[in-house]
Amino acid sequence: MKQALTITQVSEYLRSMMDNDGLLCSIAVKGEISNYKIYPSGHHYFTLKDENAALKCVMFKGNSFRLKFRPDNGMKVIALGKISVYPRDGAYQLYCSAMVLDGLGDLHAAFEQLKAKLAAQGLFDREHKQKIPEYPGVIGIVTSSAGAAIHDMLRILKKRYPLTKVRLFPVRVQGSEAPGEIVSAIAYANRYALADVLIVGRGGGSLEDLWAFNDEYVAHAIYNSKIPVISAVGHEPDVTISDYVADLRAATPSNAAELAVPDKEAIAQTLDSYFAAMASGMERQIKSARERLSIVSQSQNLCNPGSYIAKKRRDISAMQQLLVANHKNLLQLKRNRFVQLTASLDAMSPLKVLSRGYAMVLDDAGDVIRSVKTLKEEDAISVQFNDGCASAQIIRIKENSI
Amino acid sequence: MNQQNTTFEQNMKRLEVIVRAMERGDVPLEESLKLFLEGTELVKKCSQLLDDAQMEVTKVLAGANGEPVEEELHYADI
Repeated sequence: MKQALTITQVSEYLRSMMDNDGLLCSIAVKGEISNYKIYPSGHHYFTLKDENAALKCVMFKGNSFRLKFRPDNGMKVIALGKISVYPRDGAYQLYCSAMVLDGLGDLHAAFEQLKAKLAAQGLFDREHKQKIPEYPGVIGIVTSSAGAAIHDMLRILKKRYPLTKVRLFPVRVQGSEAPGEIVSAIAYANRYALADVLIVGRGGGSLEDLWAFNDEYVAHAIYNSKIPVISAVGHEPDVTISDYVADLRAATPSNAAELAVPDKEAIAQTLDSYFAAMASGMERQIKSARERLSIVSQSQNLCNPGSYIAKKRRDISAMQQLLVANHKNLLQLKRNRFVQLTASLDAMSPLKVLSRGYAMVLDDAGDVIRSVKTLKEEDAISVQFNDGCASAQIIRIKENSI
Repeated sequence: MNQQNTTFEQNMKRLEVIVRAMERGDVPLEESLKLFLEGTELVKKCSQLLDDAQMEVTKVLAGANGEPVEEELHYADI
């Protein structure tokens, strides 16, 4: 009978066999990733498989830092490393030192080649970029009518700027038919002048999924578009040829929707500031007219007690009344917006305080009054409650005596 | 192409002109008052347009002779 070996001895024997094997000690294996896990130690564990077999793999933390992509289940990859024994489990595994996506080498090369060619033709030139209109009346969207991208864009456009109209040009965004359909849609929108700005894109996907947007004809269609084009392909890190040639590059379809239109809330603020600027301009002018008039009336008072000055005075008073009336009118408008805003504020808001029985006192301009010192008798104020507001007039003022 | 938007854009542009003139303060008082009244009207109109707007969404397809045919889209259909 042969001498019995310990398990450790068998394991060691196999390990030295494998480590000295010319093929196993430096091997490239291709397969599909499954069971991808990153342990708290920072090491990556996964299985590579094909239809018939599986191979356990480990990639140590130090090597994983050099990965150019984030491996995930289902990805086809080529893993480099050595195959050896893991004595504790009595199993062999691939000690993976590097990993690349399978089949993408060619795509990357094609991308760089086309990018260089189109750059040389001037398709990416800054001088050729068109301005995106400030208030677009019609936004043309060239994308798939299925999928999350169009939904995201419509939701954001509606929220930000519902004054616009959206025309969807449905196309396939992946597969061999996609580039032709995208080219036709862009050309068609241009031929009939169907939009003020075009968003061309799709949601995220693999490099192959996004490939239609790296097509040479698509690039030329975007370049030749008289309608400004915003590219909106994939997620933030994905960059396509379309992004380079478009007038504006958006990181995602949602981002494109944000870039295409102004924001309703920002416009509302602008309108408020316009009104404030007009009102203070008006007040300045009335004040200086008053001052001029009082100088004139002093110098002419005795010799000309006539109606000219009285008329001027009445004119100015009438103007001031108009100013105040307009101010109030607009204040109502602002207040409505304010109430809407308070309704949407969350429980953290100090305005929540109002619901506990406190009220806020506002002056004519809608600013909070913090001290009686700023008030005069007969001043009009408004009292903002949780559920509405009341107009009031100051009858008497008494300061706290300390 | 989109009347409500055109109106809004024109109003906004006119407002910008008015505000700039009133900030400069070199317009006679009576003229200023007219601008102010016009401006306030425009502020109201613009707010109203924004509040009332309903975004229209259509799908564009080529008709029999290649001319564009628009089909109204409801969000649920997309």
